[in-house]
Amino acid sequence: MLKTRIIPCLDVAEGRVVKGVNFVGLRDAGNPVDAAIAYDAAGADELCFLDIHATHENRGTMFDLVRRTAEHCYIPLTVGGGVRTAADVRALLLAGADKVSFNSAAVANPDVLAEAADQFGSQCIVCAIDAKTVAAGKWEIFTHGGRKPTGIDAVEFARTVTAKGAGEILLTSMDRDGTKQGFNLPLTRAISDAVNVPVIASGGVGTLDHLVDGVTKGGASAVLAASIFHFGEFSVAEAKAHMHAAGIPVRLT
Amino acid sequence: MLTAIIDYESGNLHSAHKAFERMARETDAGEVVVTADADVVARADRLVLPGDGAFPACMAALKGSSGLFDAMVESVEVKARPFLGICVGMQLMARLGLEYTETQGLGWVDGTVRKITPADPALKVPHVGWNDLVLDQPHPVFDGIKTGDHTYFVHSYHMVMDTATHRLAHVDYSEDVTAIVGCDTMLGMQFHPEKSQGTGLRMIANFLRWTP
Repeated sequence: MLKTRIIPCLDVAEGRVVKGVNFVGLRDAGNPVDAAIAYDAAGADELCFLDIHATHENRGTMFDLVRRTAEHCYIPLTVGGGVRTAADVRALLLAGADKVSFNSAAVANPDVLAEAADQFGSQCIVCAIDAKTVAAGKWEIFTHGGRKPTGIDAVEFARTVTAKGAGEILLTSMDRDGTKQGFNLPLTRAISDAVNVPVIASGGVGTLDHLVDGVTKGGASAVLAASIFHFGEFSVAEAKAHMHAAGIPVRLT
Repeated sequence: MLTAIIDYESGNLHSAHKAFERMARETDAGEVVVTADADVVARADRLVLPGDGAFPACMAALKGSSGLFDAMVESVEVKARPFLGICVGMQLMARLGLEYTETQGLGWVDGTVRKITPADPALKVPHVGWNDLVLDQPHPVFDGIKTGDHTYFVHSYHMVMDTATHRLAHVDYSEDVTAIVGCDTMLGMQFHPEKSQGTGLRMIANFLRWTP
């Protein structure tokens, strides 16, 4: 049986983890490679690096980081942030990323997903969708870290990007991100029901019950969280034990 | 001892290279190279064929690389060197691929590559994530591996076998998904052993030690 994945996400800027990762025994809280190795050992199912200040000039830093992580980690790595073209995908895959995530570039031009999926296969093309509630049961795509509305309906957009070839959706609720109030479950459910590809729920995790809800109520195939893991509130093992107790199939290591 | 990971410009070879290098070091299995050179493939003691993307594109790329395809086929079919296909590299071992269009495979195992169609409509395609293996037949690559061990899958197409003869392991996704195939000196893994933590690394080590 396929297991529900738990994915710690590291926000990276200029090659360092933003706000740091405070595990017991971690040598350097700001070093993404050290954090990745620790999460691999802790039983994370995948890892996600998001380059939050991606610029053309610092791409090299990210490639180097991905390369060094791939040398030490034997779990899949998704990389996002500043990905604009199929050439960007190729460069990241060659560096050692397993999946590459588009965000604003896919909003500006969804055809870039088709181009990338044709070349590298849908299985490695993720589309990150940042959505905000605009009315009851209505969600709109926002770009630029949630500052810029686009007028595009999130559910429609999810259908569009999967038709173009995105093999997975990383769905972040901009209403919930950073609030620790739990995933936006109606949004997660609406997107998950609208598409046939896996949906990774993101944004708002504060408790282990939130992870359970994302799967049982939101219909997510995977749950992504950052701060609850980085600051040692919960370990990946505790999260898995909690989900397992709630009847969700997880990979216990 | 030389293990060649065949580079025909398909997918992520860096991770596979690092994982095979590490396990070759731990098992004294000699050198691991990533190569697009037909001469290196011809003299390698073991071959690894990775692959990401669509079946027809991968087959075309493999056949389009000067001499590479012939060197690989001769090495496996004539010299009987151990061979491991990974992901689409495993799928290419089939008789036929039905992704986009009908494409002839290598014909090394009796299977056809088809779209995954789970009976349960709640199950998503691609099949992404960790699934637990059910071992169908004993094989040296399973040393230290048992039914219930997890490996990492990411694929939309899978190999449907004509008979059970060449299927060594499968996973459940409301239908059986072939996980490992094998025949003579050939092995194929649908999952990514280089991304499957200890279980995957163990199977890589077993492959490097395997003397069929």
